[in-house]
Amino acid sequence: MALTLFRGIHTRPLLPYSSAFSARKHVIFCSMQSTQTETSMKTKQQAPSNFTETARAKAVEKVLKDYEAIIGIETHVQLSTTTKAFCGCAYTYGSQPNSCVCPVCMGLPGALPVLNSKVIKCAVMLGLALNCKLSLSSKFDRKQYFYPDLPKGYQISQFDIPIATNGFIDVDLPLEFGGGHRRFGITRVHMEEDAGKLLHTGSGPYSQVDLNRAGVPLLEIVSEPDMRTGIEAAEYAAELQRVVRYLGVGNGNMQEGSLRCDVNVSIRPIGQLEFGTKVEIKNLNSFSAMSRAIDFEIARQAELYNQGQADEIVQETRLWEEGSQKTFTMRKKEGLADYRYFPEPDLPEVVLTEEYVNGIRESLPELPEMKRRRYEEMGLTMQDILFLANDVNVAEFFDATIAKVPDIKLAANWIMGDIAAYMKNEKLSINEIKLSPQELSELITSIKSGTISGKIGKEILIELMKKGGTVKGLIEEKDLVQIVDPVEIEKIIDKVIANNPKQLEQYRGGKTKLQGFFAGQVMKESKGKANPGLVNKILIEKLNAKS
Amino acid sequence: MLSSVQNPRILLLHHCRRSKPLHHHHRLRRHHYPKSIHASPLPHPISASLPTSQIQTIQKSILSREKTTRQFAEEFLTRLRTTEPHVKSFLHVSETVLNEADEIDRKIDRNEDVGPLAGVLVAVKDNICTADMPSTAGSKILENYRPPFDATAVRKLKESGAIIVGKTNLDEFGMGSTTEGSAYQVTSNPWNLECVPGGSSGGSAAAVSARQCVVSLGSDTGGSVRQPASFCGVVGLKPTYGRVSRYGLVAYASSLDVIGCFGSSVADAGILLQSICGHDKLDATSSKREVNDFTSQFISKDYFESQPLKGLRVGVISETLGDGVNQEVVSSIRGAISHLEELGCTVTEVSLPSFSLGLPAYYVLASSESSSNLSRYDGVRYGNQTVSDELSSLYGGSRANGFGPEVKRRILMGTYALSAGYYDAYYKRAQQVRTVVQKSFKAALDLHDILISPAAPSAAYKIGEKKNDPLAMYAGDIMTVNVNLAGLPALVLPCGFVKDGSASLPVGFQMIGAAFDEEKLLRVGHIFEQTLQGYSFIPPLIADEFKSSSVKIYQLG
Ligand SMILES: [Zn+2]
Repeated sequence: MALTLFRGIHTRPLLPYSSAFSARKHVIFCSMQSTQTETSMKTKQQAPSNFTETARAKAVEKVLKDYEAIIGIETHVQLSTTTKAFCGCAYTYGSQPNSCVCPVCMGLPGALPVLNSKVIKCAVMLGLALNCKLSLSSKFDRKQYFYPDLPKGYQISQFDIPIATNGFIDVDLPLEFGGGHRRFGITRVHMEEDAGKLLHTGSGPYSQVDLNRAGVPLLEIVSEPDMRTGIEAAEYAAELQRVVRYLGVGNGNMQEGSLRCDVNVSIRPIGQLEFGTKVEIKNLNSFSAMSRAIDFEIARQAELYNQGQADEIVQETRLWEEGSQKTFTMRKKEGLADYRYFPEPDLPEVVLTEEYVNGIRESLPELPEMKRRRYEEMGLTMQDILFLANDVNVAEFFDATIAKVPDIKLAANWIMGDIAAYMKNEKLSINEIKLSPQELSELITSIKSGTISGKIGKEILIELMKKGGTVKGLIEEKDLVQIVDPVEIEKIIDKVIANNPKQLEQYRGGKTKLQGFFAGQVMKESKGKANPGLVNKILIEKLNAKS
Repeated sequence: MLSSVQNPRILLLHHCRRSKPLHHHHRLRRHHYPKSIHASPLPHPISASLPTSQIQTIQKSILSREKTTRQFAEEFLTRLRTTEPHVKSFLHVSETVLNEADEIDRKIDRNEDVGPLAGVLVAVKDNICTADMPSTAGSKILENYRPPFDATAVRKLKESGAIIVGKTNLDEFGMGSTTEGSAYQVTSNPWNLECVPGGSSGGSAAAVSARQCVVSLGSDTGGSVRQPASFCGVVGLKPTYGRVSRYGLVAYASSLDVIGCFGSSVADAGILLQSICGHDKLDATSSKREVNDFTSQFISKDYFESQPLKGLRVGVISETLGDGVNQEVVSSIRGAISHLEELGCTVTEVSLPSFSLGLPAYYVLASSESSSNLSRYDGVRYGNQTVSDELSSLYGGSRANGFGPEVKRRILMGTYALSAGYYDAYYKRAQQVRTVVQKSFKAALDLHDILISPAAPSAAYKIGEKKNDPLAMYAGDIMTVNVNLAGLPALVLPCGFVKDGSASLPVGFQMIGAAFDEEKLLRVGHIFEQTLQGYSFIPPLIADEFKSSSVKIYQLG
């Protein structure tokens, strides 16, 4: 069956390029063109250049003395459920076009949607995580418009009764952007289905439709217009991504389009009560792009205000272009689109029981904000906190490491130092390195107890990250146990002193800097195993003994 | 409520063994029959006899090896071939009927289980998907469209051993009451070829009426099974919304659509329903309620007691017998009422003040939903596509060429009703009316076991008569739409005739039951049908041929 349908979609010349299409093309391909990484930390480091970055920041700073920006964000989070929202198709990003389809998600005549209960579970989880009020009884509605990537001619969505409303999200701004805690309001969270994708082949005079993504479940999260700067907006989105990943409801990957943000920006002179005209910005493929696009848009609108051309700010959708670092008009809105919403008659009401909600509430994992506050209480610095809590896997690694050895600072330093550096060089995630939190904790214990030196600890760590194994095993295997017996160390020192009479003479002649030379020779002789503290203590005694 | 339903049946069965022989009974009944029934013309007084279940006959004959499945199939196919040029019920006739019949015969030879519908030729309305036949919904936009799957109802039929004989004509996407709205052909009423068979399931009704098949599937959104059943003199059953899976039924108005059954006897319609109903995980609106065995009550009239429906409370909807209803139709219904009284029913009039509100509410809701359901016919993935250089004219062209005028009219009405600024005045208001209608039915059915009305305000009318007067056609749905709004089950069965020149046209009456109480409707319908004397609902077109047929549909009395 799939084959005939497949052919129908695959080979049929759909339609030639039209201006409307090429405009849309950018949106559709945006996720493929970007190579930006998605975590806020990394993207910030990758911003175009320090010069433009600073210039931009200064320009915005200046603008914000006279104007206030009002920013709201609509985010689409793709859920990583095993099957699509309303049919049994499994969806895998990057599959052959039209290979993850069935009569339901293709909108064939007579096919009917049946809700995947996992979608409700994810929505309730996210709703609770965003401190929302849940609608114990909600429904689906049809949002109607024509587009070739929308097989039924309507999207199953939620209109007037979303599953969750009226929540908030807490964010800690990074120190480099001034730090501080912010709380941004969440207007609503609702369930809906994704559309397919149009493929515009460069060569042929037609476009093709890939319906693999059609029917994949989404949660749309609409924020209150609470953000005031590009950074705040980017941090809001980054926190949302963290929450999604902490909950495990989606992968939050911006490049694959699993997390998509559309931003509304308006400005108004400080003191003015009514809002300015808002402009929607699309094609934001990273948090850094979001921040830069918003700042650009704020500056652009302020410039129009300053020149007395505020009426040229019109309700429109603008696209962010990475190349020019500017936003461009994609389409002007001619009045409000009428989606002719009405209740989806093919699906019964979604009714949640208190019991069901409580069950989910109790099983929620520790969320980023809770984690940050806990780390704060543990005495970590905000910089450490933000680093550790940014990635749920890193945070879990850290938590597992300190479960046994409560040396928080040491564990944090190892993870943020040598381990993070290794991950960055090898382009691995913390789950891909061979080191387990148990062994890191063992390593820390071994160093603290003096079984091994810090230096050897670093060597073992590399070994553990590359090949795995246990700290104990490696220490035994390589005979790396630290020499802590003073008698044994004394023997080595005596040998070194005996072998270097010239240096000894020079030392005793006042060239005390040579102590370092002797210490190095002792470490070499002991193959690095001698306890450095003891070596220094005994060495000084010996060197100074007969003077 | 439920206990009052169950008890009489148990009593009836209990009393069966003691009841009097049939013939005695018949004479008795005929003797003191009400005048009103005789007031209706009797077209075939000589051949007047009682319908029996063809499904049961076929099952018995093939299992006892008295006749082969192939013999039955050939008889129906022969009749189909001779009548089809006149009636034009089918858009597609299967080429594998005889092969399938042979396969059943081979299974019987091997003593394998063949299923309760083995060898039963079922015609399927062309808006119900069949994987091995075209499914056009009567629309040009789906010309030559072949679905990759069977509708759940069709799958169940096949699993029960039924043979799908073909796909029947309909008003495009089920939108119409005459079957003239088909993009392909006009179907005739087997009783008078110049008349419409009703609609939208006109092909399925005519096919059963002309005995081109044993039973057939239709769909009923606002009366599309019941009105053609009445026009063609067959039994039409509209199940409770959710009783039969809609998966594979090309959607017209999703909250009203239901697949229904046609048969030449109540038993056949009931047995057909039995095989297709039940929960389906592919239709979220299909009910998880347990399904009773409807078929056990299709007992022989030999076992009826003298007043088999004693105690049954029947409410006649007073609004349905007033102005605008054909007088001969009214007297046929009055005759049916008298007959019910004879059977022991307590008949009272009941007023449903919201009744007249149902029609406009129905057209707003059905049009609104259809405007949305038909959005998928955009020429992009399947169906006829109008080639164009530009997207909007690809859509516009494909839909302009693909849809007929009635479909366009309803899409426009529905789009308007759902538009910003009009939603509250139309769609929302209609939903409120729907709630009122549901409540008034609920109240009436709390006091009555069944409600009675005509199935349509008139008998079949001439082809072309209302074609250019959509409002007149819509008005004809007054008797049926309320039932869809309330989601209730209803059974239409023939009860009389109106004069049609020198000949006659059948009239059906509608019995409405409580939600999911098809069982009671079928029991009452079966008893009514098996005790109604003096009528034959075989159309003249096939009456002569039929009498010589070896399939004994009627026992000559
Ligand atoms: Zn699917």
